[in-house]
Amino acid sequence: MGRVGGGCVRIHIHGSDEIRSSEITPERIYMNRRRFVGRAAKLAAAAAVSPSLLACGPSPGRSEELDDAGHQSGGVGPSGAGGRSGIQERDWSAVRSELDEPLTPYDDVTTYNNFYEFGTGKTDPARNAHTLRPRPWSIAVEGEVARPAVYDLEDFVSPHRLVDRVYRLRCVEAWSMVVPWRGFPLADLIRRVEPTGKARFVEFTTLHDPEQMPGQRRGVLDWPYVEGLRLDEAMHPLALLATGVYGRDLPNQNGAPLRLVVPWKYGFKSLKSIVRLRLTEEMPATAWAVAAPREYGFYANVNPEVNHPRWSQARERRLGQLRKRPTLMFNGYAEQVEQLYAGMDLSRSF
Amino acid sequence: MASSARRRRAAAKAAVWASALTPAAWLIWRATHGELGANPIEEVLHRTGWWGLVLLTTTLAITPVRRLTGWHPILRYRRLAGLFAFFYLTLHFSTYLLLDQWLAWKYILEDIAERPFITVGFAAWLLLLTLAITSTRGWIRRLGVRWQRLHRLIYLVSALGVLHFYWNVKADTREPLIFAAVIGLLLLARLPAVQRAVSRARAGPALRAGRHVAER
Repeated sequence: MGRVGGGCVRIHIHGSDEIRSSEITPERIYMNRRRFVGRAAKLAAAAAVSPSLLACGPSPGRSEELDDAGHQSGGVGPSGAGGRSGIQERDWSAVRSELDEPLTPYDDVTTYNNFYEFGTGKTDPARNAHTLRPRPWSIAVEGEVARPAVYDLEDFVSPHRLVDRVYRLRCVEAWSMVVPWRGFPLADLIRRVEPTGKARFVEFTTLHDPEQMPGQRRGVLDWPYVEGLRLDEAMHPLALLATGVYGRDLPNQNGAPLRLVVPWKYGFKSLKSIVRLRLTEEMPATAWAVAAPREYGFYANVNPEVNHPRWSQARERRLGQLRKRPTLMFNGYAEQVEQLYAGMDLSRSF
Repeated sequence: MASSARRRRAAAKAAVWASALTPAAWLIWRATHGELGANPIEEVLHRTGWWGLVLLTTTLAITPVRRLTGWHPILRYRRLAGLFAFFYLTLHFSTYLLLDQWLAWKYILEDIAERPFITVGFAAWLLLLTLAITSTRGWIRRLGVRWQRLHRLIYLVSALGVLHFYWNVKADTREPLIFAAVIGLLLLARLPAVQRAVSRARAGPALRAGRHVAER
C-alpha cells in the first residue's frame, strides 16, 4: 500500500484555495463565508437557470454533471424545500448519462434496494425504512484529522455546493441503474477536515440502531455496516457524498440523510445513512469482505473480467431493459479512475 | 354411494389443481398488471424456483403424512404434486434460458459448466425430467421394481434444489436453511428406525402399557 497517496492528497490541497482559507480562518467564520458565497452564487445563477440547461447532451468531459446553479448551498434543509420544487421544474425524462443512457425511473430507484438494515428482500427497505429518523442527524469525523468533530447534518453539508450528477450504479448481483444523485464531492469534505500525514484510508460507518433499523436485529451481517476507501480513491472527484436523488432529499430506503456514491465500484461500497467517517492508517475491515472474504474484497471495483466466485460479472441487466448488456471496466469510468490502480493486479485486489 | 365418493374425489382433485396453479396464476396477474417490481425477470425466476421447491417438499411429505395419519387416499396426489413441482421448475429453467439469457448459449454453457449453483440446479432439473417422463402407468409397468428405485431420485433432486438455492443467496441463508431442515426431516422420516418408532407411537397407549409390563 506504499503507493497510497499522501502525495495525492497534498496535490489536491495545494490545488485548492478553499482549504488554504480554512487553514487560516476560524471554522465558524469560514463556514459562514462559504455559505455567503454559496448564496451569492445562487442569486447570480437564478436568472440564468432554465430547464433546458439541465438536459445535458453529450459533450466532452464530465457531461454527466448537470447544471447545478440555482441549487442552494445551504444544506439539505427540511424535507422538500428546494428539492421538491426542483423535481417539478426539471424534465428528468430528458436527462441522460454521458453514454446517452436514460435514467432509471424514480419508482425503481426507490423500491428496489439492497439495504439489509431494513430486510434482505429488494422491496423490504421501501416497506420498512419509515422507522428511520433522518432528522436530527449527526456525523462524527474522527481519526487522522486535524480537527475531529461531531457535526449536525446541517453544518456538515452547508459549506458545500450541491451538484446533481448522473451515475451508473452497478450492483455486485449483476443488475444496474442510472441514477441522478445530488450531493457534493467527498474530496471537498476530506480537505475540509484536514487529514494528517498518517491518513491513508477513510472508513465509513452506517447508523447502528436496531430500533430504527429492524434488520439489524438479525445477524445477517456484522453490524454496523462499515465501508472504506483508500484516501486517493476518496479524493477522486467522482466520489460523492449524496444527500438527494432526483432533486429530492434521499428517501430513507436510499440511505437518508447522507450516503456515499462511488460509481466505479460495486454498489455495496456506497454505504447508506452514514454516521461516522474515520481517517485511518490501516485498511478498514469492510462489511462484505468480513462476511465473505473469498467473495468480496476491499476494492470491489466493477470489473467484467473478474467474476464473482459464484456468478459471472461479464454482463449486467439494466433495470427496465430485457436483455443483458456487457459490463464496462470500472463501470464505464475507466478513463477517469484507472490511474488509481496502475500496477495493481485487479484479479487479486478484487 | 359410489357416485358420491367419486364426486368427492373429483372435487378434491379440482381443489388440488386449483391450489397448485394459484401461484402461477398470481404471477401471470402480477406480470400483466406491471406488479412484478423493478426487476421482473428476477422476480419470475425467484418465484417459480421457490414454488418448485415448495412442491418438491410437498411431494416428499405425502408418504410420511400417510404413515403418520394412516390417511391413505393422500397417496393419490403424490404423482400430481411431483408433476406440479416439475411444472414450476420447468418454468423456472425456461425463464432462465429465454428471459434471463435470451438463449445466449455461450453464457448458458459457461454457467452450467463453471457456476456450481447452476450446475447443481441443471442436474436437478434433468433428473426431475426423467422422473416426469417415467411417471406414466406404462412406464411404471415397464420398469417394475426398478421404477421405485429410479423414483427415489426425488430425494437427490430435492437436496440439489436446496443446495442450488443456498448457493444462490448472498448472505441471508434463512429461507434455504428452512427448506433444508424440512426436507431433511422428511428424508429422515424414511429411515427404517424412524418408521418403526412412528408405528410404535401410532400403536397407541395400549401397546405402550403392554410393553411397559413386558420390559419389567
